[in-house]
Amino acid sequence: MTIDMSQFYEVFFEESAELLGEMERLLLELDVGAPSKDDLNAIFRTAHSIKGGAGTFGFTEITETTHILESLLDKLRTDKLKLRSEMVDVFLKAVDVLKMQLAGRQYQSEVDARAVTDICKRLNDLAEAKPDAASAPVKPAPVQAAPPTQAPIAAAPVAAATPMTAGAAANGAALVDPNPENLYAILIGTASTASSVAASNEGYGFFTDTPAEGQGAAEAAVAPVPAAGTIKTLAELPPEALPKRRASDRESETTSIRVGVEKVDQLINLVGELVITQAMLAQAASRVDHVLFESLLAGVGQLERNTRDLQESVMSIRMMPISFVFSRFPRVVRDLAGKLNKQVELKTVGEGTELDKGLIEKIADPLNHLVRNSLDHAIEAPEIRVAAGKDPTGTITLRAFHQGGNIMVEVADDGAGLNRDKILAKARERGMNVNDAMSDQEVWALIFEPGFSTAAVVTDVSGRGVGMDVVRRNVRNMGGRVEIQSQLGKGTCISIRLPLTLAILDGMSVAVGKEIFIVPLTYIIESMQPAKADIKAISGQGKVVHVRGEYLPVVALHERFGIKPNVGDDEMERGILVILEAEGIKTALFVDELVGQHQVVIKSLETNYRKAQGISGATIMGDGKVALILDVAALVRPSKHDVLQAA
Amino acid sequence: MAKSILAVDDSASIRQMVSYTLKSAGYDVTEAVDGEDALAKAKAKTMDLVLTDQNMPKMDGLTLVRSLRRLPGYRTAPILILTTESGDAMKSQGRSAGATGWLVKPFDPQRLLEVVKKVIG
Repeated sequence: MTIDMSQFYEVFFEESAELLGEMERLLLELDVGAPSKDDLNAIFRTAHSIKGGAGTFGFTEITETTHILESLLDKLRTDKLKLRSEMVDVFLKAVDVLKMQLAGRQYQSEVDARAVTDICKRLNDLAEAKPDAASAPVKPAPVQAAPPTQAPIAAAPVAAATPMTAGAAANGAALVDPNPENLYAILIGTASTASSVAASNEGYGFFTDTPAEGQGAAEAAVAPVPAAGTIKTLAELPPEALPKRRASDRESETTSIRVGVEKVDQLINLVGELVITQAMLAQAASRVDHVLFESLLAGVGQLERNTRDLQESVMSIRMMPISFVFSRFPRVVRDLAGKLNKQVELKTVGEGTELDKGLIEKIADPLNHLVRNSLDHAIEAPEIRVAAGKDPTGTITLRAFHQGGNIMVEVADDGAGLNRDKILAKARERGMNVNDAMSDQEVWALIFEPGFSTAAVVTDVSGRGVGMDVVRRNVRNMGGRVEIQSQLGKGTCISIRLPLTLAILDGMSVAVGKEIFIVPLTYIIESMQPAKADIKAISGQGKVVHVRGEYLPVVALHERFGIKPNVGDDEMERGILVILEAEGIKTALFVDELVGQHQVVIKSLETNYRKAQGISGATIMGDGKVALILDVAALVRPSKHDVLQAA
Repeated sequence: MAKSILAVDDSASIRQMVSYTLKSAGYDVTEAVDGEDALAKAKAKTMDLVLTDQNMPKMDGLTLVRSLRRLPGYRTAPILILTTESGDAMKSQGRSAGATGWLVKPFDPQRLLEVVKKVIG
């Protein structure tokens, strides 16, 4: 029977990527002065596991690199060498090289052979550097076997590159043998009779004698073991206590399966269709006689609950903890802080917060921009921080948490903070329409304008002014918003507000004339029927409504979209005002009436039609009609500018 | 009835390869991700053979072997250690822990089957 090994490659690549991530995390957390045994062992094990897999699946070049890495790690964990900080740097570089080598196998991407040779040499140098290392017994090189198909080519370089000790010489001899059958170690024999190996050249063996009897080692060699029942292992049981752990601790660990993303996406699409079908049924059922069709209606009600539960469960499949993104930043911060001669500590909070996989992938870039910005511009050099009475070590905090129907991801720093005057001056210089009466929120929003940078020096880290507008665009494409809070001298907090999922939203449907629009529920603060006296017209600036001490601008939806309404501007007290809040600005949206609250499946307008101002997407309603989903932030924005220009 | 095998390895790819190979040959395979997991599964069902990796988090292969040997169903059951280390030290450790034998990593599916067949037929 032949087994196609390539079917396990994908798992190996994923596993190796996880292991490398784990290794990187452990390395970054390692206390160089006094590394814990557990950490060193854990780091060793990650290298060891990758080597084992690479060896099994025939990725010999990866086996080589990991072997050299593992040898050095082994010396560290067995106290034959002392950890030094430059070793951590080299280990981190080795992680990068291994990632490159894995990518080379996985995606056939280019592998920089010089980088590989270089890192192997540096690792070897480190392993040899100390005099005590030379005398320390080197662990026998494990057998590097390639699968039969690749054996003749692969075996020779491995043998050459692997440091062999005397104990492993026999294996070494077997290695250069082009016959894959002979690639396996000659290992039959026992501790006392290692020389009796000649009998077999197979990489396995059996202990047929027992330590309790402590004899007959010679007869142990090679006996082909008969049936199961007859094997005798009479080892005396060492009096070691069984580890006591509850079964429940373990159960969560093995009960996962790996499934292709496209299968999950198909499931999500199907559930989306089911939500629409269920809405249609519910609408149809609402017209029947409630007494006659009681059981039908009960069934439809049940269906609605089940659909919602099913949808939540299916959506949760795509959810991943944000630690997948956060985990890359310790490295980014470490490297950049070193480059910029700054002292920065990174804190992460809420790594377990779950996000849709699609969002996880898309949030990485904006976060990267923000963290680099914080490091480069916000966090001051240590001497400046001390002069300002701050801790010389700056802190950047990455935080993720749920807030209402949203997920908030924040990048906060205790750096210099945004300078309002500088930003306004820069904006004037660029001929932008600004004034001193603008709120902080509005001033901070200016830094998202394309090409806007107040950085004194443009560095290769950031400061070319191409960052923030890209951040905002990316976040908007995810259906999210960016908000800034900042205090001069104290620090800045940039918050990204994201929807829980990309596919479905809770919306309020509102009617204007014959049209139905969907307002995402997250923007709605309240809805009200205004008193006539509360609505005031301001000449040339439209109308405002007085709501509990605040005057809010009124945006009439029918005017925005040029629809003939059932309720005109002159009789607003008969219509409904929906109070919205977006990007820190409140607005009252005037509509004819509220229709109801639904979950809607978002269909992209851009892919099916084209982008339309003020519209973020479309959905199919229960009656089969298409309803447009309002882009609330875009609706709120022009009205803000109207006010600004007039002021 | 098919012979039952417990395959213990913290590496998912190796575990899958071992499991797939043995299942293809008609064995009833249970997978475990580390020594503790293996011990729980071995208690839940008495296996005809245990194949365990040595270097694993939480509980390593040798500790697993020692723990299994104290269980009623595993006094004499064959237990093989899969290991990259093939030195004498490892062998004497394996022997004193009570392992039946060892198989050196990396191994290919044919080799694995060959060894398993020798042990449990």
